[in-house]
Amino acid sequence: MPELTMGELTRILRECAGEGEGVAHDGEFADTLFTDLGYDSLAVLETASRLKRDYGVELTDDEVVDVGTPARLLELARRQIAARS
Amino acid sequence: MNAVVVTGLGVVAPNGLSTEEYWNATLAARSGIGRITRFEPERYPATLAGEIRGFEPAAHLPGRLVPQTDHSTRLSLVAADEAVRDAGLDTGQLPEYGVGVVTANSAGGFEFGHQELDNLWRKGPEYVSAYQSFAWFYAVNTGQISIRHGLRGSSGVLVADEAGGLDALAQARRLLRRDLDAVLTGAVDGSLCPWGWIAQTSTGQLSTAEDPALAYRPFDERAAGFVPGEGGAILVVEDEAKARARHAPRIHGRILGHAATFDPRPGTVPADDASALTRAVELALADAGAVPDDIDAVFADAAGVPHLDRAEAAALGAVFGARELPVAVPKTLTGRLCAGAGPLDVATALLALRDGVLPPAAHTQPSPRYGLRVVVGRPLELRLRAVLVVARGLGGFNSAMVVGASH
Repeated sequence: MPELTMGELTRILRECAGEGEGVAHDGEFADTLFTDLGYDSLAVLETASRLKRDYGVELTDDEVVDVGTPARLLELARRQIAARS
Repeated sequence: MNAVVVTGLGVVAPNGLSTEEYWNATLAARSGIGRITRFEPERYPATLAGEIRGFEPAAHLPGRLVPQTDHSTRLSLVAADEAVRDAGLDTGQLPEYGVGVVTANSAGGFEFGHQELDNLWRKGPEYVSAYQSFAWFYAVNTGQISIRHGLRGSSGVLVADEAGGLDALAQARRLLRRDLDAVLTGAVDGSLCPWGWIAQTSTGQLSTAEDPALAYRPFDERAAGFVPGEGGAILVVEDEAKARARHAPRIHGRILGHAATFDPRPGTVPADDASALTRAVELALADAGAVPDDIDAVFADAAGVPHLDRAEAAALGAVFGARELPVAVPKTLTGRLCAGAGPLDVATALLALRDGVLPPAAHTQPSPRYGLRVVVGRPLELRLRAVLVVARGLGGFNSAMVVGASH
């Protein structure tokens, strides 16, 4: 399984929930709220379930709903992956 | 009472992916019926359907909507887009809760559901999409149209198989009389996937013919079932005074009357009993303040199943007597579109009223035993003021609607 990077998370997000809206640069993307990217809570939930499936990352529903941005989701996921290894 | 007018049309059909494309194909009797391509139909008793082919969702819809929608929901969104454009409706200019959505559905997002059941069975629960929570559901098209266009007025969904599409338009009319300014209404339906197909073939009413020209021949001596299809129409309906006040670009026509009834319990009457359908037609005319002589043509339900064809012919005979009204069956070109059929027939009736022409039915050679003047061969030009549309759903649903010209 590839290392979980922002590029990989973005790919998963697009696969699960389609293209986001109107963000030109990757840096901006990572720190933009999911809602501003056009991703609703179900889109984030779907992405989280893929992270669980592919990376064994377990996030509670509350964590998923409150996660806010792609950067924050990546950070939470990577922390779990690191703690395991 | 204020008139309810249709100001926008959006059509997705097996023989045309927009209103004008469909109307041109229909007048030219171009059929959209063929062997199923979306899955291998070899193992099923019926192999023909009216499929919408060559539809690329990404060409019509934002990428965000694709992973969360069934094929039929994508098609309904495309029809709604066309209807809103056609009506020149700027939903931002209307009161926040002034526009609602009322659609009908017979199955919901069956193909989506089929794929997720497949994922569940083959791979496990963690492979089931979170979007399954709503993408399969009957109400999903109403919800997605509402979200896409920001329509927050009273909304809903009706489920009455093929009759439900007309019932949805009738519900929209009720909401307009209450307080809404406009409603997006109608139905785009179809479940052409293995999971949907076993449900449809289980009725025993599908044609098992393999030649598209011999499969769906309502009111023909050789009628032996029908061909299902996918598609339908979404309409923008408005209160006439409000539509005129906002200078709506066009008024396609009026919804004048509607009624729905339910058949008697099976076994208590002959299978071709026409009493409840007759009653629906009579009540729809009464609701329209019309007498039988006011009706210039009928868009028939045309089940293609002999006892149901007999019942419909008997109902029309009981109401219209020996008048032999022209009967249009454009659905011979598309197949029966479940809930989508009624709204598509209403859209077609409005185009017929506009152009003074009834489209021909394909493939069928009407038998004199039914006493109906089914339009075949070529379009029939005539002056039309009001038209009756009939739709029946599996299990006893009857629905009838009267639509009139805009002038």
